[in-house]
Amino acid sequence: MPVEEVHTLVVPKILEGTVIDHIPAGKALEILKVLGISGREGWRIAVLMNVESKKLGRKDIIKIEKRKLTVDEVNVIALIAPTATINIIENFIVVEKFKVGVPDVIENIVRCPNPTCITNKDREPLKPKFRTISRDPLLLQCDYCGVIVSRDDIPRLIRR
Amino acid sequence: MFASFKFRDVISILDFSREDLETLFEHTERFIKVEGKLELLKGKIVALAFFEPSTRTRVSFEVAAKKLGADVVSVVGEEALSIAKGESFTDTIHMLDSYSDLIVVRHRFEGAAKYAAEIAEKPVINAGDGRQHHPTQAMIDLYTIKKLFGVIDGLTYAVLGDLRYGRAAASFIYGLTLFKPKKVYLVSPPQLRIRDEVKKVLVDRGLVFEERNNIVEVVEEVDVIYVTRIQRERFPDPVEYEKVRGSYIVTLDILTKGKPNLKILHPLPKVDEVEHRVDTSKYAAYFYQAKLGVPIRMALLTLVLGAV
Repeated sequence: MPVEEVHTLVVPKILEGTVIDHIPAGKALEILKVLGISGREGWRIAVLMNVESKKLGRKDIIKIEKRKLTVDEVNVIALIAPTATINIIENFIVVEKFKVGVPDVIENIVRCPNPTCITNKDREPLKPKFRTISRDPLLLQCDYCGVIVSRDDIPRLIRR
Repeated sequence: MFASFKFRDVISILDFSREDLETLFEHTERFIKVEGKLELLKGKIVALAFFEPSTRTRVSFEVAAKKLGADVVSVVGEEALSIAKGESFTDTIHMLDSYSDLIVVRHRFEGAAKYAAEIAEKPVINAGDGRQHHPTQAMIDLYTIKKLFGVIDGLTYAVLGDLRYGRAAASFIYGLTLFKPKKVYLVSPPQLRIRDEVKKVLVDRGLVFEERNNIVEVVEEVDVIYVTRIQRERFPDPVEYEKVRGSYIVTLDILTKGKPNLKILHPLPKVDEVEHRVDTSKYAAYFYQAKLGVPIRMALLTLVLGAV
């Protein structure tokens, strides 16, 4: 048996759902968190971490059966994994493939780190809202209090 | 020319253009010497919703509204509001929106006025939201300079004190970006420098500015010193506070080293950051500045309510 095969982690193809590929190594769990996927939904999910990648050296992959991501969800992945590619699978075949992009407005996903921002006030039916002011480096600005957050801040600010 | 103000919300000085402010300043002249009451806002109700203590701003809005013939409903202090009983800010604003023609809001949370404007149909004027914006104060400050010097462009400014948490200082600096000052010195202890998001606005808008530690270094160059108070509670270590405090007290001795026409502005209230001797000197412009608070707010209220 060739060496590569010995080291290959075999995950079967999925019938239908989503494959998120080219995730920077070690970020897969954060992505599941952003998507609000806990595993209790009952879908079959494969999470591969630190696997070999020609492009990235090491990468993570997530396969989610039955669940197709919405455009908003795809955009949100970009906040954590700018290199990610999304493959939508139907009948074992990739029917759609695209790269992620950071949306101009990010609503109700990232919480504002400023404790005295109106979006953090108790009992107010107000959703946090950020605008993308730079994509490289990624900088988001709170629409209410003006605080600027960078990519490194985002994982700990994800709501859900 | 007044159309740009009608029914608009006044949340940040950055939402305005230089032309807007020039219109406002010109319109303010009408209200400088008003004896008694006018009837421009007769039948209108102005709601003052101050969720944070305020004397000067609240009183000057109230006087401005009353001098224009409006009725004023005042909800002051979190205690006095049903907020204390657990009502949300959202509900309070909805309630005031249905009772009044315009809402003036002050709140200790940043973004409160912007949010109020999103939920209220009536215009909202921000009278201070946390450390963020205080647009009507900036209007007063800029108008004071216009009255004193005839121009805002071409002058050199120093903004002194707590630039990190003070909304008046930040709004004044934002306001200067609408004009063409020669240079702006931002003088503060290192831990109270302007925040990143404020700095970004200044850079994006091409303001010529420099951060400094000590007013003495720049006093000879400046035409205006805008003084704000450094609060003790900003310093976790009282020793640190005592160490820096002295460098941010404006004394008559320092001012005599400056230009003969040098003016001191202060959003008030002041405690001990300006030496008492300065109050009666030719440098003090802060009482005049405070006096202009009423006519500016009269002009703004009439413009926003379309009563011109």
